[in-house]
Amino acid sequence: MESYLYGLLGGVMIGTAAILLMMSIGRIAGISGLFFDSLKSPRSNVWALLFVAGLILGTGMVQMFSSTPTPTLSASLPLIITGGLVVGFGVKLGHGCTSGHGICGIGRLSTRSIVATATFMIFAILTVFVRLHLL
Amino acid sequence: MNLLLALICGTLFGAGLAVSGMTDPAKVIGFLDVTGAWDPTLGFVMGGGLLITVPFFQLVLQRTQGPWFAEGFRLPDRHDIDARLITGAAMFGIGWGLVGLCPGPAISSLAYLNLDILYFGIAMTAGMFIADRF
Repeated sequence: MESYLYGLLGGVMIGTAAILLMMSIGRIAGISGLFFDSLKSPRSNVWALLFVAGLILGTGMVQMFSSTPTPTLSASLPLIITGGLVVGFGVKLGHGCTSGHGICGIGRLSTRSIVATATFMIFAILTVFVRLHLL
Repeated sequence: MNLLLALICGTLFGAGLAVSGMTDPAKVIGFLDVTGAWDPTLGFVMGGGLLITVPFFQLVLQRTQGPWFAEGFRLPDRHDIDARLITGAAMFGIGWGLVGLCPGPAISSLAYLNLDILYFGIAMTAGMFIADRF
């Protein structure tokens, strides 16, 4: 029950951050896109670099006040590398991830984002099903 | 001012990811495991986020002249559903299901100073730059 409340609170914080970013500087809080831009052309995307720095800072601050141990990955190194490559390739090709399509895009009622979110949710659920229950 | 606001929004976003449980891959996998020991928590994260973004994006985009500190709202202008969108989203879903990290938490979790998360981040960045050439 408590974990659901934290989920809801965290979601409200994420949504508020996305709205505040749009209201203040007119940008979509799509993390895969802004992260890529901050690396590809950092000089014209200093705002994105600072947003990325903030992400790490925010998660680090919560961990400082948290009593739970830091989460770890329960996957082998080849799986981690493969997963990373596929996620990076996929979000670039599909123009967005959970934040850009899922939170901001659906928030704007964009058809593209609704279709993209449904697609990645279905494929993620299928992947977990195959990995945990078939293999 | 823009830069300070970007830092503040990023920090709030990163804190939200950690508070919500999105930075815990085990919790993410638990949410995606709908036929197993399903943990609905992350549904509340999505719900909480949309509770804010659905009404307020319409309000901000339709009822205001523009952002406080920029020329205008920078929004995607495409509306077509193409093969790249579907293929990309499907691939992202597969990778997300394999490891339990999507880009936001993958980056924000660098704060945990865990080598596995760093390797995932490097591979993800490589994947983005490879896709950029297509």
